[in-house]
Amino acid sequence: MLDIRGVTKSYGTREVLTDVSFTVGDGCMTGFVGANGAGKTTTMRIILGVLSPDEGTVLIDSVPVTASDRRRFGYMPEERGLYPKMKVAEQLVYLARLHGLSPASARRNTADLLERLGLTERAGDTVESLSLGNQQRAQIAAALVHDPEFLVLDEPFSGLDPLAVEVVMSVLAGYAAQGAPVLFSSHQLDIVERLCDDLVIIADGEIRANGSGEALREQHSSPRFEIRTEGDTGWIRSQPGITVIDFDGDFAVFEAETDAASQAVLRHAITLGAVQTFSQQRPSLATIFKEVIA
Amino acid sequence: MSNTTRPVHTAPTFAQSVWLVSNREITARLRSKSFLIATGILLLISVASVVVGSLLSQNESLTKVAVVGTAISVVEQTEAFDIVESDTVKEAEALVRDGTVDAAVVPSDGADSLLGITVIGLDSTPSEVLGTLSVSPDLKILEPASQDGFLAYLVAIGFGIIFLMSATTFGATIAQSVVEEKQTRIVEILMSTISVRALLAGKVLGNSLMAFGQIVAIGLLVSVGLAVTGQRVLLADVGPAIVWFAAFFAFGFVLLAALYAATASMVSRQEDVGSATSPVLFLVMIPYFLVVFFNDNPLVLAIMSYVPFSAPVGMPVRIFLGQAEWWEPVLSLIVLVLSTMVVILIGSRIYSNALLRMGARVSLREALHR
Repeated sequence: MLDIRGVTKSYGTREVLTDVSFTVGDGCMTGFVGANGAGKTTTMRIILGVLSPDEGTVLIDSVPVTASDRRRFGYMPEERGLYPKMKVAEQLVYLARLHGLSPASARRNTADLLERLGLTERAGDTVESLSLGNQQRAQIAAALVHDPEFLVLDEPFSGLDPLAVEVVMSVLAGYAAQGAPVLFSSHQLDIVERLCDDLVIIADGEIRANGSGEALREQHSSPRFEIRTEGDTGWIRSQPGITVIDFDGDFAVFEAETDAASQAVLRHAITLGAVQTFSQQRPSLATIFKEVIA
Repeated sequence: MSNTTRPVHTAPTFAQSVWLVSNREITARLRSKSFLIATGILLLISVASVVVGSLLSQNESLTKVAVVGTAISVVEQTEAFDIVESDTVKEAEALVRDGTVDAAVVPSDGADSLLGITVIGLDSTPSEVLGTLSVSPDLKILEPASQDGFLAYLVAIGFGIIFLMSATTFGATIAQSVVEEKQTRIVEILMSTISVRALLAGKVLGNSLMAFGQIVAIGLLVSVGLAVTGQRVLLADVGPAIVWFAAFFAFGFVLLAALYAATASMVSRQEDVGSATSPVLFLVMIPYFLVVFFNDNPLVLAIMSYVPFSAPVGMPVRIFLGQAEWWEPVLSLIVLVLSTMVVILIGSRIYSNALLRMGARVSLREALHR
């Protein structure tokens, strides 16, 4: 488990992170969401030890991270970079060797990853000769080539075509399924919504919301319900404790003061005829995000 | 790959990291066409200068003289002439007239002649022949120059040029490679993997090895060239200076490489490398110009031979000229090694502070702070 505790960081007089704390659980895909300049990249760099925090610590299983622990991390920086004139496979082997792999296992992992990411045919090409999408895949391979135990990925999906997004999503999900904590940031909230177990929302250097996606939805869900029945739904207006928000013949959206009031509506609707849908409106991540950072 | 079966890789040591980084630098250099071509040209120039030098010296062939009768005993003593024997004075004069020989040496007619010979020239005094055959007073020179002035000038400039070329080529290479890593942001991955010091040390080591290799190759080529073209005397004179030059260069380049890496790390784009590293280029140019203009000034050379930036050129030149005591290169080398260590410490501080600062150029004060 990766534990970020009370991290504060200033550049000069400008405080960019204020008491940032959150955890990334084992086997958990955690989405890190925030506007540009909210502090995501700085937080990730601090986790990787590229930057040092002014205050606070990063812990692995309650023990502060050491320099040698950091080799167990897989890191994909926000601004992509590999050596442009180096061949893809050589580059991956080099990075794996820097992380302490033997030449043999470095080569094996490289071949393995290139296969999984569909880059085997490009193994002998220089990075600069690859298309942007393939450069991105190579970058992801660079973060994974040394069998990392933790993944920290800054915007891993930006610049990928939909097909590549699927490939990368499955690779990352595979890592999480094997028990690795995975933290990644993304602007593509739909991907985060699909992929993530946990969410961390950051704004202006402060953590605004943090927890499982389910809990966040629960927390931010409004007492709003939708109902669609066979007959007219006009009768709902006269129900006690109910305010109708939207109404269109057989369809209505209403707010209930209590759960009991909403259940009473459902019971009554059933006595009038078939009920096709009855559901509580679930806020999308985009809605929660807007609400949280407002 | 569950947690239990996940392979555990032991972190490489500092030395291993340095070695991996320097290996990559060397491989990248060897793969670069421009590097190979530049090296080829430099080696070609070195060989060419030796060969041309040897051809020039062979052109100084012996002067041809026609000799008649008893004069031969006098002429043979000097061993300085290509002798054409003639039977009569007439015949000898004919040889002078048609240009086969430069002069003729014949027995004197007069009995009061001191040497008993007469030199016959065509249209002017054959002073070279006269000088060789003349009797000179005894000569004593109080402070003999150990080397011929023109040769000393060539050797001094040779060291100056080789130092300038190698230092600027590899300095620019190391600067570019620092900015390449910074610009492509791979430096973030590297910094999260190995220490910044290991990264800097690997870069400096890799490029220094290449630069040193080039210097050794040039030294060997020139030495072999001198031996093959029969200039063994010159080799014996220049040899020790070349060996010292290599030793000084090894440390002097490390110092420059650290400076190049540190100054380059303050900018984020290749376009800015030139202006950022220009102060270092200036430091490299100084010894070159000093040695060109002051190679006959012992005081300037003596100062040069102790200042770390110019010692790699200054000291070997003094050794060649025979101006240095045996302990002087040793002392100067110690000064150089110590200052190299100080520069590496300062350089690695600038390097690690400036490496993540993108965009505008990092000021030296900011880079040294914190």
